[in-house]
Amino acid sequence: MIPASFDYVRVSSLDEALETLREQGEEAKVLAGGQSLLPLLRLRLAYPGTLVDLGRVEELRGVADRGDHVLIGAMTTHYDVVASPVVREHCPLVALATATVADPAVRHRGTFGGSLAHADPAGDLPAVALALDMEFVVRSAAGERVIPAADFFLDYLETALAPGEILTGVRVPKLGPGWGFHYEKFHRTAQAWAIVGVAAAVRRSGGVVEEARVALTNMGPTPVRATAVEQAVRGAEPGGNGGAAGGALRAAAERADEDTDPPADLHARPDYRRHLARVLTHRALLAAAG
Amino acid sequence: MPRISVTVDGIRYDEEVEPRLLLVHFLRDRLGKTGTPIGCDTSNCGACTVLLDGRSAKSCSVLAVQADGCDIVTIEGLAAGESWHPMQKAFHEEHALQCGYCTPGMIMAAIDLLHDDPDPSEEDIREGLEGNLCRCTGYCTIVRAVRRAAREMSQEQEGAAAS
Repeated sequence: MIPASFDYVRVSSLDEALETLREQGEEAKVLAGGQSLLPLLRLRLAYPGTLVDLGRVEELRGVADRGDHVLIGAMTTHYDVVASPVVREHCPLVALATATVADPAVRHRGTFGGSLAHADPAGDLPAVALALDMEFVVRSAAGERVIPAADFFLDYLETALAPGEILTGVRVPKLGPGWGFHYEKFHRTAQAWAIVGVAAAVRRSGGVVEEARVALTNMGPTPVRATAVEQAVRGAEPGGNGGAAGGALRAAAERADEDTDPPADLHARPDYRRHLARVLTHRALLAAAG
Repeated sequence: MPRISVTVDGIRYDEEVEPRLLLVHFLRDRLGKTGTPIGCDTSNCGACTVLLDGRSAKSCSVLAVQADGCDIVTIEGLAAGESWHPMQKAFHEEHALQCGYCTPGMIMAAIDLLHDDPDPSEEDIREGLEGNLCRCTGYCTIVRAVRRAAREMSQEQEGAAAS
């Protein structure tokens, strides 16, 4: 289908983008890579008055090592995130999950910040942001503010970004040594939207799980932190005495669907999603703790 | 109306476009490049894949205005005169199509795949082409064609390096 008419402004700097958003008011929508927005426009599920295209704003692209964290520019494409040696070394969970986003053609154009700001509950990156306690750096005409991931995702396709604000980059804390990572998802092949996904980071010391961070994709209108699993898995010995150890991870994973509100859609019913969350969490813990 | 300047299959075009015009409609309806088909309404089939500044992109998910200043290669720009691109030849020789509707996008995505990985395994090929759907072949012959093209393209390069 053909999108409804809109005006289009291509800006070349962040300041110009902020100024344009201020002028255009709430009718304006930011266009990043367009890989989620354009399909929505084509299906006429969105009717922005003006698209403000950030595609040529170079200052929003790229990955920087900032000591205790990695700053990923909002307009960095998924392809460039996966290819970044800094991301691979310091944020392997981001690289793992981003490599599963959609398909190569989409990853060439889709952006890290665009995916997060779009906040689709079936998107892979929001759960990773939550698990890693990323921080969202946001600019408006009034200045800059930083939003913790736990406060960023408010509801279905809804974030803490106010009109006139632009996500400029995301800080990914470096977790340091001893951590293992995994992103496990169940999806249909085309487009690779997660039916359910699990992001897991596990820190082991002397064979014992000391700390775990687990977040779920598509188990509610926003990504969900599986705090019951995180608590239950502490003290487990994944490598020790065979069956009993595997049992500890499985027992922890059984709590994955606590406090979730999984949707019903043409791919899965809520009870099936609950089952998937438990099974995939077990797999993710095994891989991350292995 | 915004004015854009794009190079498509080696020819430069300066055109006025409505902001909402999709790149695929620009290619097909404005330039007559109907070699690039539209296969779906949801961006998941990959039939309209082109190379945009050298990398695969679904031309249904790009606005023509976004492509301003870019270099675009479609299936129609691959052959050098009468001589097919090795990927086109390999698809022909391995019977990697039946109805042919997915083929232009499949070939463009396969060329992009070899750009990053000149010698992909079967699994790499299946993953690399996951954004392109084929409803006829079951993909086996497509995988064979990409393997064949990879071999031929690397031999061509070795030949070029030796001469």
